[in-house]
Amino acid sequence: MNQLQEISWQGLWKNNPALVQMLGLCPLLAVTNTFINGLGLGIATLMVLIGSNISVSVVRNWIPNEIRIPVFVMIIASLVTIVQLLMNAYTYELYQTLGIFIPLIVTNCAIIGRAEAFASKNSVPLAALDGFMMGSGFLIVLLLLGGIREILGNGTLFAGADLLLGELAANWTLHLFQFEQHFLVAILPPGAFIIMGLLIALKNRFEKRIEAIVVGQPDKSEKIERARVTAES
Amino acid sequence: MNFRVSSSPHNRTQRKTSDVMLAVSLACIPGILTQVWFFGIGVLVQIALAIAAAICAEAICLRQRNRSLTQLKDNTALLTGLLLGICLPPLAPWWVAIIGAAFAIIIAKQIYGGLGQNLFNPAMAGYVVLLVSFPVAMTLWLPPVNLIEYELSAWDMILVIFTGYSDQGYSLAQFRTSLDGFTMATPLDAIKTGLSNQQTYQEIIQQSIFSNDLGIGWMQVNLAYLLGGLWLLQRKIINWHIPLTFIVTLFLLCLFSYLAAPGSIAGPWIQITSGATMFAAFFILTDPVSASTTAKGRILYAALIAFLVFIIRNWGGYPEAVAFAVLLANMCVPLIDYYTKPRTYGHVKG
Repeated sequence: MNQLQEISWQGLWKNNPALVQMLGLCPLLAVTNTFINGLGLGIATLMVLIGSNISVSVVRNWIPNEIRIPVFVMIIASLVTIVQLLMNAYTYELYQTLGIFIPLIVTNCAIIGRAEAFASKNSVPLAALDGFMMGSGFLIVLLLLGGIREILGNGTLFAGADLLLGELAANWTLHLFQFEQHFLVAILPPGAFIIMGLLIALKNRFEKRIEAIVVGQPDKSEKIERARVTAES
Repeated sequence: MNFRVSSSPHNRTQRKTSDVMLAVSLACIPGILTQVWFFGIGVLVQIALAIAAAICAEAICLRQRNRSLTQLKDNTALLTGLLLGICLPPLAPWWVAIIGAAFAIIIAKQIYGGLGQNLFNPAMAGYVVLLVSFPVAMTLWLPPVNLIEYELSAWDMILVIFTGYSDQGYSLAQFRTSLDGFTMATPLDAIKTGLSNQQTYQEIIQQSIFSNDLGIGWMQVNLAYLLGGLWLLQRKIINWHIPLTFIVTLFLLCLFSYLAAPGSIAGPWIQITSGATMFAAFFILTDPVSASTTAKGRILYAALIAFLVFIIRNWGGYPEAVAFAVLLANMCVPLIDYYTKPRTYGHVKG
C-alpha cells in the first residue's frame, strides 16, 4: 500500500473521523435527521477540512510551535465564515435549517485534529488528499445516519433535496412507506445516539474481514518477539 | 474434624432466577385481572403480544450471540414482556407492543450484555421509546368499561387493536368520548388538563371518572397490585426498602404541596392510587438488575424516583412520570452504590 492509498484507507475506514475517532459528534448527531441535512453539513465540513489542511500545510514552516493552535483556529474560522456566507447566499433555506451547526464547524475537533496531526507535518498535496479523505469519511457517515433516520422516522428519502440542489431536485423525494404515526424517536436525538452506536457496532463486526480484503492477509511469518523477562543492565 | 468452608451468601435454600421471575409474574395476576375487569380484554391482548415479541427477540439475540437457548427458561424475557404489556394502553395498535418489546430486549438488555448487565430497566426503556415515538397511540387510555358510551365487546377490542376500527366502524377516539362529547381520560390526565383549563379542583373531581375523590378503576387496579406486591414481600422476593420509601416519599411530597397550595395539584391519596404508582413501587423499581443493591442505596434510589415522579407528574409535559423517573434514577445507581457501600464487618468506619 503506497502513501496515497494509505491516506485514503485511513480516512475512509480505518481511522474514520466519525466512526473511529468519534470527533465532531455534536453536529453529526444533531443535524442528521434527514439525508439532505447530512449532505449539506457533510459538504460544508469537507470544504473546510480540505481548505484548512491546505492552508495549514502551506504555512507550516513559518508557524512558531507555541502559538500553532491559535493560528489553526484562525485559519479554520475564516474558512468556516466563507462557507457560511456561501451557504447563506446560495442555499438559504438549508442554511436556516442547519442553523447554528454551520458556524459550529469551527469547533469540530476532526478539523483541528487533522491540522495538528497531519497537515502541519506533511506537504500540501498530501494534506489536501488527507483533508478530502477524512472529510469524505465524515460525509459518508453523515449520509448513512441521515438516510437511516429519515427512512425510519419519516418513511421518505431525499426530502427537501431542492434546498441544496435547486429547483431541479424539487420532486426527488422518495416516499418509501406511509406511517399512520411516525417513529419519532429516530428523528429525535436519542435515535441518533442509538443508530450511531449500531453503525459503530456494525463497523467493528466487519473490521477484520474488510481489512483482510483491502490490506491483504497479515503476514503470518512475522518474527516472534519474545517478551523480556529479566531486566538487562 | 472436617470443617466445610463456603463463601457468602450462606443461603439455606437456593433460589433460582427463573423461580424469582416466575413469582414476580404470578404476583402481577391480581392486578392484571382487575385491569381486565375495568378496561377490557385488550389488556390481555397487549400482554400476550408483548410477551411473544420479547421471547422471540430474546431467542434471536441469544442465537446471534451463540448462547444456549435454554437461557430463555430464566423467565426474564417473559417478565419484561409482561411488565411492558401491562403499561400499554389496552387498545393501542398491535405493532406498538411488538416494537416496544423488541426494543426493550434487543437494545436495552442484550446489547448491554444480556441478563444482569443492563444499565436501564428494559421494560421501562421500551415504554419510554414508545411514549416518545408514538405519543398519540400511547396516551389513548380508555375510561373504565362501564363508563363507555358505546358497547365494546371483546371482539370489538381485538378488532380495534389489529385494524384500528371496531365491528361498527367506530375508531378509538370515538370510544373515548362520552355522551356529552367530553373526552374521558385517566384521572391524573383529567386533573392536569382541567387545572390548565382554569377549572377548580372541585369541578374536576365531579367528573364521572371519579368517585369519592378517587379515580374509578385505577384505584382498584392499584390496590390489586399492592396486594400482589405484599405477597412478594411476604415471600421475601423483594425487600421493603424500595416500595415503602417510594410510596411514603411520594405521599409526603404530595401531602405537603397539597396542604401548601390546595387545588393546585392532585391530592396525595389520588396520587398514590392512580397511574402506575403501586405497580411501579413493587414491580418496576425492584428490578434486581437496574436498582441499587445496598440497603441505604435502595432508600435513596426510591426516594429519588418518588421526587422525580412528583415533579414530572405535576409540572411536566406527560401525565404519568414513572418510566422517565426510573430511567433517570437508573443512571444514578452506580454512583449511589458507590457512596453507600456497607462497612465490612470488623472494619472501622473511615
